[in-house]
Amino acid sequence: MATNTQIPVEDRRVPVIAPGHTFSTITDKISNIVLKRPLSLGWIVGFLLMFSLLNMLMVALGYLFIKGTGIWGITIPIGWGFAIVNFVWWIGIGHAGTLISAILALLRQTWRNSINRFAEAMTLFAVACAGIFPLVHTGRPWLAYWLFPYPNTMRYWPNFRSPLVWDVFAVSTYLTISLVFWFMGMIPDLATLRDRAENPWIQRIYGLLAMGWRGSARHWHRYETAYLLLAGLATPLVLSVHTVVSFDFAVGIVPGWHTTIFPPYFVAGAIYSGFAMVLCLAIPIRVIYRLQDFITERHLENAAKVMLATGLIVAYGYAMEAFMGWYSGNKYDSFLLWNRLHGPYRASYAALLACNIFIPQVLWLKKFRVSTVWLWLISFVVLVGMWLERFIIVIVSLTRDFVNSSWGMYYPTKWDWMTFFGTIGMFLTFMWLFVRLLPMISISELRTLLPEARAHENVEVQK
Amino acid sequence: MTTTPHDFSSNGPIYGLMAEFDSAQQLMDAAHKTHQAGYKKIDAYSPFPVEGLAEAIGFHKNRVPLVVLLGGLTGGLSALALQYWVAVITYPTNVGGRPYFSWPSFVIVTFELTILFAGLSAVIGMLALNGLPLPYHPVFNVPEFARASEDKFFLVVFSSDPQYDPSGTRSFLSGLAPRMIAEVPS
Repeated sequence: MATNTQIPVEDRRVPVIAPGHTFSTITDKISNIVLKRPLSLGWIVGFLLMFSLLNMLMVALGYLFIKGTGIWGITIPIGWGFAIVNFVWWIGIGHAGTLISAILALLRQTWRNSINRFAEAMTLFAVACAGIFPLVHTGRPWLAYWLFPYPNTMRYWPNFRSPLVWDVFAVSTYLTISLVFWFMGMIPDLATLRDRAENPWIQRIYGLLAMGWRGSARHWHRYETAYLLLAGLATPLVLSVHTVVSFDFAVGIVPGWHTTIFPPYFVAGAIYSGFAMVLCLAIPIRVIYRLQDFITERHLENAAKVMLATGLIVAYGYAMEAFMGWYSGNKYDSFLLWNRLHGPYRASYAALLACNIFIPQVLWLKKFRVSTVWLWLISFVVLVGMWLERFIIVIVSLTRDFVNSSWGMYYPTKWDWMTFFGTIGMFLTFMWLFVRLLPMISISELRTLLPEARAHENVEVQK
Repeated sequence: MTTTPHDFSSNGPIYGLMAEFDSAQQLMDAAHKTHQAGYKKIDAYSPFPVEGLAEAIGFHKNRVPLVVLLGGLTGGLSALALQYWVAVITYPTNVGGRPYFSWPSFVIVTFELTILFAGLSAVIGMLALNGLPLPYHPVFNVPEFARASEDKFFLVVFSSDPQYDPSGTRSFLSGLAPRMIAEVPS
């Protein structure tokens, strides 16, 4: 009623959606990227580049199937090698999507609505890349179904006390739930694409995927309940996945693995690298597709803050490892610390500390959080740092265990690198296709952020 | 209340009457009024979830949570039963002298399968209760309905409602100030 409409403090922040948008402009802007935008030369060149990387992966895997894991740098004592480093790295990246869509949904963080869709897509593609590694690392991937409990003529069953079996369940559950969460969230938007597509074949394809969604109030009601429950279920799930991955290490007795801090420290690291990947993708995408109205400075800044916070948890993890190396009095633990600082892999440990702990501290300054160039570079550095962290944990711990006679060195071969960069190609090929084939921002969820989306029960109507 | 043959358009039977609105608020008010006027077989369509709209058209029975609960219980119990059966009955393995039923190590698979079954029940249950997938539905016959997935709001009174009367319902709906009213051919 007061004439001087004072802006509340919270509204002085950069809005989640730029002002001036209506239901229709939001719909147009996002669906036109899929339905109307012509193929650009940049998209084609980028796609071919990524697709050739994907083909390099196919070559590397094809040769692996012919020759066996001997083409890799793995030896005894370093039996895990790049396969497990890359597996943990990718699955960590895959954590941001479900974190954004599930945990931030439960916390009612409306800024998630414009980044959850492509973060979820990123999760799926990252988990798909991750899944390749343990599969091919078994050496006989065509027998990978032995991991699952099923009645067989060998009368064999998996050992449910083994963390590696837990991993199979955790990762496959995570992939399945992420997939249905992503797909379910997309059904109303697929209906929008169906209703707007002009080409009858494209309309049929989106129509099939939309499954006849018509936006009935009853349907929305059940949909929202299911979405909320799924978010509630995915929240402990996302925290459990990297916990279970860390059990693969923590249950072993190798120095540097056998610690109780691993689960929380792995989960924090996963979210750290996941948000770094979200920023690495979101920053160029919002510029190329002119989505600055929906992915605003606020989104980037919030993601940067999440990165800073999880980075500090990771730093605490490193500090605790170093502290326990000294405080436990266990000579293997203290040697582990000495070996990281002065051993043959000291350069990668120094790079790890720089990438994961020191450089990201500039995010305390707002200037770096809102500058897209700086933020992109820092996110990239974090991704490198988190890869190095897994390298240190897997490789450096295995090269120096209890007895000097079983020490060794690890040298990745060109096939290791081709497989690793090949999965990056696979990931980006999928991303490239995703942004042009599916709505990369949730249209129906963005609509709910507009003030006119809220309706109230009119008291007069009741009479 | 009885419909004379010429009330049906020459195209065949009518599924209902559709009214189009500009805003969520208008639809909400219209849905309330229609429900209070005694129409029970009605539905409202919006491009995004509108809080309270389902209640306004008299929808209260949401069985999704029950389906999810049952799914989660099934997943958890079957995971535990499977692990017990494998580890104790059919394939007992002595690992470090631990008891065969070493339940703490079975917690993780039990947890994961609880989530898996509950999550799949949420999605499949939601779709099944909504009667989806259903590629064809009479409401799609109205060309304007294409904007139900963009920025327009619709209310439909089904012809199966006992109170439905082609001309009476039409004049009732025009009293709600819609943008347009259309017959939905069945």
